[in-house]
Amino acid sequence: MSDHKTMTLTLIVWRQKKANDPGKFETYTAKNITEHHSFLEMLDCVNEDLIHTGKDPIVFDHDCREGICGMCSQVINGAPHGGQDRTTVCQLHMRKFKDGDTIYIEPWRARAFPIIRDLIVDRSALDKIIQAGGYTSCHTGGVADGNAILIPKPVADEAMDAAECVGCGACVAGCPNGSAMLFTGAKVSQLAILPQGKGEAATRVKNMTNTMTECGFGNCSNHYECMAACPKGINVKFIARMNREFIKALIV
Amino acid sequence: MQLTSSSIGRKILMAITGQAMVLFAVVHLLGNSSIFGWLNGGINAYAEHLHSMPLPIIIGFRLALLAMVCVHIWFGIQLTIENRGGRPQQYAVKSTQKATFASENMIWTGSLLALFLVYHLAHFTFQVVNPETAALKNLVPLHNEMVPNVLGMVVAGFKNFFVSFIYAGAMVALFLHLSHGIQSFFQTMGWSCDKSQPILVKLGTLVALGLFLGYATIPLTIFAGILKG
Ligand code: SF4
Ligand code: FES
Repeated sequence: MSDHKTMTLTLIVWRQKKANDPGKFETYTAKNITEHHSFLEMLDCVNEDLIHTGKDPIVFDHDCREGICGMCSQVINGAPHGGQDRTTVCQLHMRKFKDGDTIYIEPWRARAFPIIRDLIVDRSALDKIIQAGGYTSCHTGGVADGNAILIPKPVADEAMDAAECVGCGACVAGCPNGSAMLFTGAKVSQLAILPQGKGEAATRVKNMTNTMTECGFGNCSNHYECMAACPKGINVKFIARMNREFIKALIV
Repeated sequence: MQLTSSSIGRKILMAITGQAMVLFAVVHLLGNSSIFGWLNGGINAYAEHLHSMPLPIIIGFRLALLAMVCVHIWFGIQLTIENRGGRPQQYAVKSTQKATFASENMIWTGSLLALFLVYHLAHFTFQVVNPETAALKNLVPLHNEMVPNVLGMVVAGFKNFFVSFIYAGAMVALFLHLSHGIQSFFQTMGWSCDKSQPILVKLGTLVALGLFLGYATIPLTIFAGILKG
């Protein structure tokens, strides 16, 4: 490593033993952190120190640590995923911070995401929304020819842009209303844009948005905080598209 | 019924009733601007023109407006209560990226406008605030007819500092409400895409600013003594 400068940071972390525990902030010191540490590696260091002193480590979600799975979920200084453009917490690096910084770390906060422990929340409500309509029904048979259904490139690109959503829930965490409209909008759109998804478009949008409400997510009031929080750059145009799909479903 | 119970359905009702009221506000301002004298006979002639319309049209129009206001207020309150519950615990650090003062305070600017509306109707429609200057009781000649003196009533009203202040203040609330509300209409109706959405935000703010300036000019020019009765 070329430079050996290290940082010392003060972390103010939300600690909560279980769902119904009131929870509180605890202060920790992160020592010997280099700018090359990722945010999660920094927490790993703090956790090692905690374990050595016989304390409970800070519990947080993570999996791929390369920005593709959507498991990591922390609100850092009020911004889901730390607020760096198109970056998940695992891809956030300590070079974004300075020696002596104080960092607040909190879980996603939304009615539909109950806290399981510390920084881990239960995001299965997003799975329920998918179960309500995030599929297409088709007869399976032999493998169809690759280009049997012609899809123009711009249409495929648009669907891919929507499909980039990794289901992390940062949009919900960023929304003052705890609304899942960006997530649901992306999921409704990725199917509605493609010919294979058009058949069930009307029931899909109704079922998915109804499930969204049943799961306790708030309604959209067009603040667009979701788009600012999304690590995949999902655009609120997909919410507009879902609204169009909903209107179509009402009329037809 | 999906329209009145679902998340998006209720937003659509908010959007349509809100936008209809914006259109009313635009037409209302154009009509009121006759006070600056572009219409022969000024605002008195304009008021007389409105009142000479067939009664069923007037009543129908007023009932339609009342219905819009009621639907907008009802669902506005309902959705706001639901949304406040969407995030039961706030973050220790508030870091707002895209939400604005206007978007976060729609319920309050809306409430101020509702209160203002009651006052405004009592003042100029039912004319019970200053009965001495009520236009219906003070007739003036216009094109060989006696018509209510709306100009006199308006000028007498806005000569008072507090009345002018209330009107100008309400227009600040209107500006804030519409600077978020107009673009919100297009998003909720699905009439926006990634390219148009930022433009619609600017256009909406511009229209809101135009309405603010247009409306606020009337009490301010009267209070300043530029526009006389
Ligand atoms: S829309 Fe973005 S923020 Fe929301 S779940 Fe998908 S990837 Fe995460
Ligand atoms: S851990 Fe997979 S995206 Fe962060």
